[in-house]
Amino acid sequence: MSATRTTIATVAVERSLAARKRDWLGQAFQVLLLLSLIVALAIIVFLLSNVVGGAWRVWHTRGTDFLSQGGSRQAEAAGVWQGIRGTLTLVVFVVFLAFPIGIATAVYLEEYAHDNAFTKFISVNIRNLTGVPSVVYGLLGLAVFVRAFGLDRNDGGGFTGGKSVISAGLTLAVLVLPIVIITSAEAIRAVPGAIREAGYGVGASRWEVTRMLVLPSAAPGILTGTVLAISRAMGEAAPILLIGANTGFFSSGNQDFVEQLRGTFTALPAVIFGWARETSEFRDVTAAAIFVLLVITVLANGTAVWLRNRFEKQW
Amino acid sequence: MSSVNPVTPAAPTSVVESLRGSPRRRRKERAVHVVFFGAATMSVLISVGIVYSLVGNAIDFLQSVDLSQLWTTGYFPRRGLFDLKTLFVGSLLVTGIALLVAGPVGLGAAIYLSEYASPRMRRSLKPILEVLAGIPSVVIGFFALTWIAPNIVQRLFSDAGTFSLAAAGIGVGILIIPIIASVAEDAMRAVPISLREASYGLGARKITTSVRVVLPAAVSGIVAAFILGISRAIGETLVVALAAGGSGGSTFTTDITGPGQTVTAAIASLSFGSDQPAGDGAAFQSLYFLGIILFIFTLLLNLAGDVFVRRTRQRY
Repeated sequence: MSATRTTIATVAVERSLAARKRDWLGQAFQVLLLLSLIVALAIIVFLLSNVVGGAWRVWHTRGTDFLSQGGSRQAEAAGVWQGIRGTLTLVVFVVFLAFPIGIATAVYLEEYAHDNAFTKFISVNIRNLTGVPSVVYGLLGLAVFVRAFGLDRNDGGGFTGGKSVISAGLTLAVLVLPIVIITSAEAIRAVPGAIREAGYGVGASRWEVTRMLVLPSAAPGILTGTVLAISRAMGEAAPILLIGANTGFFSSGNQDFVEQLRGTFTALPAVIFGWARETSEFRDVTAAAIFVLLVITVLANGTAVWLRNRFEKQW
Repeated sequence: MSSVNPVTPAAPTSVVESLRGSPRRRRKERAVHVVFFGAATMSVLISVGIVYSLVGNAIDFLQSVDLSQLWTTGYFPRRGLFDLKTLFVGSLLVTGIALLVAGPVGLGAAIYLSEYASPRMRRSLKPILEVLAGIPSVVIGFFALTWIAPNIVQRLFSDAGTFSLAAAGIGVGILIIPIIASVAEDAMRAVPISLREASYGLGARKITTSVRVVLPAAVSGIVAAFILGISRAIGETLVVALAAGGSGGSTFTTDITGPGQTVTAAIASLSFGSDQPAGDGAAFQSLYFLGIILFIFTLLLNLAGDVFVRRTRQRY
């Protein structure tokens, strides 16, 4: 009696273990999940094909003329040269302001700061600054750089000149500063403590350890962060539009360099925004301007990946 | 004191002096320290600058404008109508649509990358999200206006126009997919492998393990992902400014197929390029009032998101 029951149970268990039932629900779920990544990929493909299509038509009819012309009210004559120049000038501001201050802050927080309330306040503060919408940074720039530092003189603007490249550059530098700090701090934190201890062990001071051991070891990570910051700065439109970037035609005449820095300006995202709001004749040139912006961003990112791979260290 | 630390009295002052190094080196150390400290306080100055520049002008605005105009029939700053509910409802609608798009896609991508993809698959699929995250918002705005509006919105709703809150919402949704996906994925990967093994040990299938074990364990991280996504959606400007129309102003609307205005787009449409109102009129100062509302909203959301992110890290 009990023997037969055992046999029946054994058979049941064996059958259920051996049965190759297909898990349809599980498989459907997996397909659904994969679909969400495919949706993301499809968005990129549609977007790029749109952009490349328009850019190709412009390239076909106009050639490099599109790259060398300035803004215009006519779609056939509009070019991106002023935008490219503006964007590159803004990047120079970011590189020379946000990078030194950002990396120095990261070094302070990781290597120098004591674990006290003020340090904690600074790092919480920085984390929150990364979440502030870019349009709010634009308002900050408008209030501080354009108005307070710019328009209070009679001669048309204090040292920033009001709505100028300087104001926009300062605003973008402020905007990317938290990104530079956080990514640099992560890179510095990843440097093993043993490296520092070795430095202190042979009598190096804190600054010497930082300069000769920590920073060179963290350089690839810091570099990645700085490039992230540059591509963010190049793509931001809201702050520079608030600062007063020109979205249409303007002539810089034959001003000298400093006058141009304090004068009317534009940048690629502002150009794209301006043209996107125009009639459908501007569709193709807008797509072409986007293509130029994406190419510049990809070039910057590619350089960074290449540099990082070259200098990357394994611990 | 000396009984606690017997080394101190034994060390002659000359040894201590020689260990300190040259005065020049010490001066340099101190100078470097001061420079780094100064750099670190810059971030505090920036925060103070943001709050100061917003608050002062916002107070001026509230004093100069008739407060009943903050709750009227529409948002037309040049006519002195500053209806806040038009903007709030606009922001709410755009954020809601964005979440409908980005929630399932972002969460699905996160579950797949964290639970199903092999390391090699992960390496080749992850860049999709990174590329998406790297596309500037003005580009997504152009895409929303020229592709999403005619090809998706106008097919779903036959009466939809060129500009619509729906197109803007879908565009913003595309922008926040990478944020939701990456924060949620991090949270799920932080769930210890032993939980999954226990689940498999009990005979659970992969889908059961993912949905009934890993998801609940990572729930605070997933909540954080949505909060951060919402915060980003509320702060997004360019997509709405391009795709939702509503430059100059908008009447109160809950119709997602028509044009509308959000808090950010209101700031944008008032202040871009040659449209910028000059001087210190109420219209100009309303920018700062909207700015501080936006700042406080996103700050609170980000703080909440931070709390949830930290909670996932602590649990295991």
